[in-house]
Amino acid sequence: MVKNNGKKSNGNKNDENKNNGIIINVSNLTRDFNGFRAVDNISFSIKKGEIFGFLGPNGAGKSTTIKMLTTLLLPTKGSIIMNGHSPITQPDKVRKTFGIVFQDPSLDDELTAYENMEFHGILYDVPSNVLKSRIEQLLKMVELWDRKIELVKHFSGGMKRRLEIARGLLHHPLILFLDEPTLGLDPQTRNHIWNYIKELNKKEGITVFFTTHYMDEAERIADRIAIIDHGKIIAQGTSDELKKKTKTSFLEDAFISLTGKDIREEEASTLDMLRMHRRMFKR
Amino acid sequence: MKIKAIYVLWIRQLKRYLRSRVRIIGSLAQPVLFLVALGFGFGPIFQKAGGGNYLDFIAPGIIAMAILFTSVFTGIEMIWDRQFGFLKETLVAPISRLDIMIGRTLGGATVAVMQGIAVFILSIIFGFRPANIFSIPLAIVFMALIAIIFTAFGTAIASQLEDMQGFQFISNFIIMPLFFLSGALFPLQGLPNTVVMIAKFNPLAYGVDGLRGALINQVHFGLGTDLIVLSVIAVVFLVIGSYSFSKIQL
Repeated sequence: MVKNNGKKSNGNKNDENKNNGIIINVSNLTRDFNGFRAVDNISFSIKKGEIFGFLGPNGAGKSTTIKMLTTLLLPTKGSIIMNGHSPITQPDKVRKTFGIVFQDPSLDDELTAYENMEFHGILYDVPSNVLKSRIEQLLKMVELWDRKIELVKHFSGGMKRRLEIARGLLHHPLILFLDEPTLGLDPQTRNHIWNYIKELNKKEGITVFFTTHYMDEAERIADRIAIIDHGKIIAQGTSDELKKKTKTSFLEDAFISLTGKDIREEEASTLDMLRMHRRMFKR
Repeated sequence: MKIKAIYVLWIRQLKRYLRSRVRIIGSLAQPVLFLVALGFGFGPIFQKAGGGNYLDFIAPGIIAMAILFTSVFTGIEMIWDRQFGFLKETLVAPISRLDIMIGRTLGGATVAVMQGIAVFILSIIFGFRPANIFSIPLAIVFMALIAIIFTAFGTAIASQLEDMQGFQFISNFIIMPLFFLSGALFPLQGLPNTVVMIAKFNPLAYGVDGLRGALINQVHFGLGTDLIVLSVIAVVFLVIGSYSFSKIQL
């Protein structure tokens, strides 16, 4: 009965949302892996043009959520509507609407930077008369135009990440997913990348969904933040709202107050260990 | 079906192949070794037994072997794409899993056929003389069929594996037996019935037979049978490969 009510109100919300410019609506999303619940009944919605930060410790379910949103993984339960389509039932329609920068590189090392871009453009059916100029413009934006004919295997981590961002934008997506986009990068490169993304968001109105476990990034970049832990969203709102809710003056304190612990790796519970092992076996 | 997407996946495989000269030369070394060592080593005995020129006999078998190894390997290479992350890039793209599978298979198969032609040319240098130059196009058709079957086979296996650790197992328990029990190195005539029966269920046996028929006019099953069996198996393997590929979740 409760479930029914929930569904009904969600249905109504969906109708309203179209008018309010909601581009992503997730309700009661759940994913199990062999009896282990990685994502547990989460619901949230993101407005068009918003920068949404998904904050949580390692293994909290951030990447699993992104995989479900981007059609790479089927949910066990729940529904997702992205730009009016469901990644579960209409994956091809949804795939056109987003660009994604994965946590680990997903470039072809044996191709050049330009070829990686070209490959992507053709896969996404970017008209050939604009493809060249768009690639040039994007590679210039990420400052890789001078190195366009170099094989990607000779690139550094930061360069690869910049190339991936350029590639993710090539087909003019409405939504850009960034899964820990600055993990393992130096502060200069991090700053650089976030500046691009903020500018893009302002200029083109691209909706940005990013995951991170850096508190400062979430606070500085995101319009709204959802904090996820053990597969559940435990709080969402603006950085100020989260601080107010927990009566703290720093997001970091709010985070600790909400999740109870600081850095997860340092005191990994058995469940986290299990997750780690699972990840290692998955590889 | 998106022809452009299939084309770009195909050209990617070719570019990767043509850029890795070490791989090209490395994968030519083994067939050449077999050709030279066995061709010249067993030549006199084969001649004495009334089998004719052994080099001419095994050259089509060695070409088939080069294609078998290259195509299974390019299929299995998908595991690397998975580990290095590139697979995700193709899986989130707005194209069907079937198109990805077709593009990959055609790319891998083209690479394997090129490898087969390279071995063919090398075997001519070492003294192989095809009986009929005009049936070389038919030989290339057989090369393509072998290549498509085993690239799809490799992709199907790669869809089930998560790392290269299983590759050794597959190599020793599937690929080598397929090769040795295909009649690539010895005639199937007069062999124990069990071996002949096994060969009848081995797709490569029909490929070797077809190549031998086209290149030196010696057939065991018959060219028509070879063509039909190989075409049917190619379709079946493409379907199996596409199905297991479509089940991939990351």
